[in-house]
Amino acid sequence: MNKVHNNKAWWLVLPVFLLVAFSAIVPMMTVVNYSVQDIFDASTRFFVGTDWYKQVLQDTRLHDSLLRQFVFSSCVLLIEIPLGIAIALSMPTQGRWTSVCLIVLAIPLLIPWNVVGTIWQIFGRADIGLLGWSLNALGVDYNYASNTMDAWVTVLVMDVWHWTSLVALLCYSGLRAIPDVYYQAARIDRASPWAVFRHIQLPKMKSVLLIAVLLRFMDSFMIYTEPFVLTGGGPGNATTFLSQTLTQMAVGQFDLGPAAAFSLVYFLIILLVSWLFYTAMTHADQNR
Amino acid sequence: MNTRKRVVLALFVVFLLVPIYWLLNMSFKSNTEILGGLTLWPQDFTLANYQVIFTDPSWYSGYINSLYYVSLNTLISLLVALPAAYAFSRYRFLGDKHLFFWLLTNRMAPPAVFLLPFFQLYSSIGLFDTHIAVALAHCLFSVPLAVWILEGFISGVPKEIDETAYIDGYSFPKFFVKIFIPLIGSGIGVTAFFCFMFSWVELLLARTLTSVNAKPIAAVMTRTVSASGIDWGVLAAAGVLTILPGVLVIWFVRNHVAKGFALGRV
Repeated sequence: MNKVHNNKAWWLVLPVFLLVAFSAIVPMMTVVNYSVQDIFDASTRFFVGTDWYKQVLQDTRLHDSLLRQFVFSSCVLLIEIPLGIAIALSMPTQGRWTSVCLIVLAIPLLIPWNVVGTIWQIFGRADIGLLGWSLNALGVDYNYASNTMDAWVTVLVMDVWHWTSLVALLCYSGLRAIPDVYYQAARIDRASPWAVFRHIQLPKMKSVLLIAVLLRFMDSFMIYTEPFVLTGGGPGNATTFLSQTLTQMAVGQFDLGPAAAFSLVYFLIILLVSWLFYTAMTHADQNR
Repeated sequence: MNTRKRVVLALFVVFLLVPIYWLLNMSFKSNTEILGGLTLWPQDFTLANYQVIFTDPSWYSGYINSLYYVSLNTLISLLVALPAAYAFSRYRFLGDKHLFFWLLTNRMAPPAVFLLPFFQLYSSIGLFDTHIAVALAHCLFSVPLAVWILEGFISGVPKEIDETAYIDGYSFPKFFVKIFIPLIGSGIGVTAFFCFMFSWVELLLARTLTSVNAKPIAAVMTRTVSASGIDWGVLAAAGVLTILPGVLVIWFVRNHVAKGFALGRV
């Protein structure tokens, strides 16, 4: 669409700008402020420059949780994106089952995150949960509270349960936007289902898939509540992801300086990814 | 081919619903039955767990608080996002791309980073433990999202409609309210749904910014853990009740929700 150049449009954007700036810039500057000072109490504080940054960049605990975070996010993407596409391709396109499917798919997305944790906490327990009980009955020694591997898998399955629907719904809406003519042409050419998928459906889903990949990356990178409720970060540190390490530092040990410094590093990582995301999106929009 | 599709979908739906069924199942059991052994459906059907929630003000006020700040958040987000989305969709102005990107980065800022500063900011302006504080804090991610979705929907409306309206002598506010808003009605519905959803599921900020008066249900739920162990039945019942509002709301936007999830840009 041809846009008119008009700087008065700023008046329309101003309320959003002020509202978001209030909640974004002031806290952000506070974090920056913490990250360069050593604070003892309200009146005693020293300027320490970049010391905290040097310290957190060498902190092995943070490195470990950053690594765990990357592994977790990659696993999430590798499972959820293909699964989501498969679900979207299997969705009925018309009839009343479509609505039913859409609603059922959307349900996990509408559950408060701590309740998601609670659901899986209950579901996975060996004594009162269906999953834990059946696995143990089948002879698998499953206990997410004490076994590292089980805790990992449970958190991963929980995330798949929680968020695959988002990918599926995004892809579904991408598929719905493909005109019928394309499929008719494919039928005339006797294209195989794979060819239809590869040359018609996948290219048309490209822009929504980008949204899906990057939303999933960022949200899984910021995951906090669900593992916190489910495993509390345990056993040991097995499921302590980045947000949780940060919160422990800032609120638990009151190490404000290092926590703030690392928050900014964390934010920069996400900012970099969002920039890639945004550039890719605008390119996709232009090519449309 | 078709049966295979149906099997995939059916398996996934079962995978989604079984944990929820288990929660529902447990909410109708007494604690002795829950801990006594595994039963696939309630042997001794009871509504006692729900009764606890609906008769205890400290329980049900949690729901009222949550619904209150979520509605407030939805309203604020829509009011400010509508004109902004229109501006982003129709005009080019100084710094528009940077502003849009900046808005998006807020959606992507890890809330854990902001917890303490938020607490201090809202305490210092005297809004701590009020509904409006939570609503404003949630605007940090709901407003960018609302602008984004609405921009997608608005770009789908041909610009000629605006121009025709101006030629017919409509002023901008009159055009916006009388012609434009009805045109993107479904987009507004979907956006409201998303604001509702993201505010409803968020717990971290809501819990940090409240203590008593505006305590959200998600924080009240931690009460079920007491010295005598966890009250599983009430916990399950409370969980079921947090799912219901979302299911009710999605029913109204079910036909547009797929497009909404694609942020209006398919």
